[in-house]
Amino acid sequence: MSEETSSPESSPPENTRRISVDYLARVEGEGAMHLFMKDGEVADVKLKIFEPPRFFEAFLRKRSFREAPDITARICGICPVAYQMSACHAMENAAGVQVTGQLRELRRLLYCGEWLESHGLHVFMLHAPDFLGYASGIEMARDHRDLVEMGLKLKKIGNDIGNVLGGREIHPVNVKVGGFYKVPYARDFQKLKEDLKWGADASEKTARWAAQLPFPDFEQDYEFVSLSHPDEYAMNEGRVVSNRGLDIDITDYETHFEEQHATYTNALHSVLKGHGPYFVGPLARFNLNFDRLTPRAQALARETGLDGTCLNPFKSIIVRAVEMLYACEEALRVLENYERPDKPAIEVDPAGHRGCGLTEAPRGSLYHRYEIGEDGLITSAKIVPPTSQNQKIIEDDLRKFAPQYVHLPDDKLQWHCEQAIRNYDPCISCATHFLKIERKELS
Amino acid sequence: MSSPPTKKRLAVWKFASCDGCQLSLLDCEDELLAVGEAIDIVNFPEATRYFEPGPYDLSLVEGSVTTPHDAERIQQVRRESKFLVTIGACATAGGIQALRNFRDADVAEMASVVYASPEYVSTLETSTAISDHVAVDFELRGCPINKKQLLEVILAFLHRRKPTVSHHSVCVECKLRGNVCVMTAHGTPCLGPVTHAGCGAICPAYDRGCYGCFGPMETPNTASLARQWKALGASDDEVKRAYRSFNGYAEAFRTESEKHE
Repeated sequence: MSEETSSPESSPPENTRRISVDYLARVEGEGAMHLFMKDGEVADVKLKIFEPPRFFEAFLRKRSFREAPDITARICGICPVAYQMSACHAMENAAGVQVTGQLRELRRLLYCGEWLESHGLHVFMLHAPDFLGYASGIEMARDHRDLVEMGLKLKKIGNDIGNVLGGREIHPVNVKVGGFYKVPYARDFQKLKEDLKWGADASEKTARWAAQLPFPDFEQDYEFVSLSHPDEYAMNEGRVVSNRGLDIDITDYETHFEEQHATYTNALHSVLKGHGPYFVGPLARFNLNFDRLTPRAQALARETGLDGTCLNPFKSIIVRAVEMLYACEEALRVLENYERPDKPAIEVDPAGHRGCGLTEAPRGSLYHRYEIGEDGLITSAKIVPPTSQNQKIIEDDLRKFAPQYVHLPDDKLQWHCEQAIRNYDPCISCATHFLKIERKELS
Repeated sequence: MSSPPTKKRLAVWKFASCDGCQLSLLDCEDELLAVGEAIDIVNFPEATRYFEPGPYDLSLVEGSVTTPHDAERIQQVRRESKFLVTIGACATAGGIQALRNFRDADVAEMASVVYASPEYVSTLETSTAISDHVAVDFELRGCPINKKQLLEVILAFLHRRKPTVSHHSVCVECKLRGNVCVMTAHGTPCLGPVTHAGCGAICPAYDRGCYGCFGPMETPNTASLARQWKALGASDDEVKRAYRSFNGYAEAFRTESEKHE
C-alpha cells in the first residue's frame, strides 16, 4: 500500500527492528507510521502521510471570497463545517464585520451538530473498538449491539442538525459568508429538541461507560492550545491560549506559530515558536476551558474522574463524551431561545483586505487566512488544519508509549501504536491538502 | 429475501479525496449494521482494521488519480474487483483538485514551492477520473454522494439488478420538492437546469442557486444556461468559475467553462 518504500527513512540502521503500519486503519485519510527500534529502545518514530496533495491553497486564488466556504469544505468530509466556519470568520474579519445575535447562535448550533457527528463517529466506531479489542464498530456491534446503536443514534442527531440547518450532513449548502442563505423556522427544529434531550442522557451514559475502560497509565506534560472565550466554551470566537502563557489574538497567529516541513511526509508540522510541539483538540479545549462547560458537563467530568484536567490522551474518549453532552445542551439552549432572524445574512465586503479565522474543529483548532483583491477574488490563502498541529505530539507520544510494548509481537505492538495515534482522531486528509507541491514545468 | 449461501465481499478504496463519500456509508446510521450483515465488509480502512485480500465482489472507489502510484494502484483495484462502482465527484470527474488540469493553472507559480523537499512528493500533472484509467461498472455522482443512492447501489448489487438512479436535471427535483424556481422568481443564477439529479434540489430549497456538485446531466444545454446567467448579470469569469468547480473537469462543464476564459 505504501508508496514510501523508496524514501531513505525506510532503510533502518543496522540492529534495528522496524515496525511499519503502512496503512493506518480507522483514521480518515491515509497515513503510515514507522517506528525504529534499536537495542530494545525506540530510536525514532516517523508518522508519514501519503495522502496525495490536492493544492487547495493554490487553486483558491482567483476564486471569489464567497466560494471559500464551499471549496474549503471539500478538504475534509468529516469536518466540513469547521472549514466553512473558519473561512467565513476570516472573510468577516477581513471586512471588519461581526455576525451577531441569532445568526451567531445558529453557527454554534451547526458546530454542535458537527461535534456530535464527528465525536460520535470517533468514540463508537473508531476509538472504542481499540479498547475492547475489536477491529471496527461494526464488529463490536455483534457483542455490544445496544451500545453501538446508541452511538449511531447520537451521531445521527448531529447529522440531523446539519440536515435541518445546513441542507445536508456532508458539505452543507446553507453556510454563507455573513450567515446563511436561508434561516429555518422554529418549527423545523421541533423534533431535534426531543432528540437532543435524549442525546444529553446518552452522552452521559457514554462517558460513564468510557470511564471504566482499561486506560494505560500515560500522563504527559503537554502544552495545550485552543480557542478560549470568556463567556462560553469556545467554538467560533475567542483568543488563542495555552496552559503555558500563550494568549494572543487570532490575527497574531502567524507571528507565534510556524509550519515546518518534515521531509518524510507530505504534510507540514506546526510548532509554537519558542515553545515547540503542542496539542490541539478536545483535551486542549477541556483543560483550558473547563469552567465554561455547562454545570452538568462539569459534573459528568468530575464523576468520571476528570476534575478539570486530563493529561492522558487515551482518556480523550471520555472528554469527547463530555463534549457531546455539552454539544447537546448547547444546541438545546440555542433552540429554546431561537427567534427566526429577519435576514439570513449580513453584508460582508472584504475586498482589498486580509483576514484570519480560527475555529474549533472537532479535532482541534483550524486556522484560515486570506488576502482578497479589490475585485473580491482571493489572492492568497493559508490553511493550518488540526492534524498538522498534532503531528509532532503524536510522534512524541509514540516515542514514549511504544517502549513498554516492544516485547510484544509485531501485530500487537502495531495495534497499541495505532491506538496511540487514534487518540488524536487524526484526519489525515486534512493534514496534506494545504501544501503547494512541486509541479515541474512542462518543457 | 433468503440469504445467499455465501455473502458477497465489499471493499472501499480511497484515492485523492476528502473522505466524505466513504463517510456516507458510515452516515447510514439506521442501516449500517444491516449493511454489515448483508455484505461482508472485508476492506474498508476508514472504518476497520480488519482486512482480507481480494478478489472482491463489489468495490466502492472514492477519489481521483493524482499520483503515479495511484495510477498503478487503480489497475490493481480493478483486477481484484468483480464490480467496480465509483462514488462521488472526485472518482467520476477528477474532483475539485482537477482545477490543476486547466491551461490557466499557473504551472510556473505552482512550481515555486514552499515545500522544502519536493523529491519526497510525487504528483501527476492532472487529477483524473477513475474511468480514465479502468473500466467502471457504475458511477455514482455527487460532492458528496447521496447516501440513499449509495444504499440503493449496494442493494441493487445484492439483488443483481440495475440501480434505480434518476438521470434528469435538478430542475425536475425542484418540481418534485415544490421549490420555487430561484432563477425565475429571484433572478439567482442556478446550475440546476444542466446538473444531474440526486441531491434532492437542496440548494434551491435553501434559497440559493444550484452549484453543480452532482456534475452534468445527460446532454445538458450548458451554452443556453450560460447565456441566461449573463442575462442575469453574471460576468464571463463568474460563469467560468461556476462551471469549473467540483465537477469542473467533467466534459460538458469543462468545455463550457473554456468558452468563458
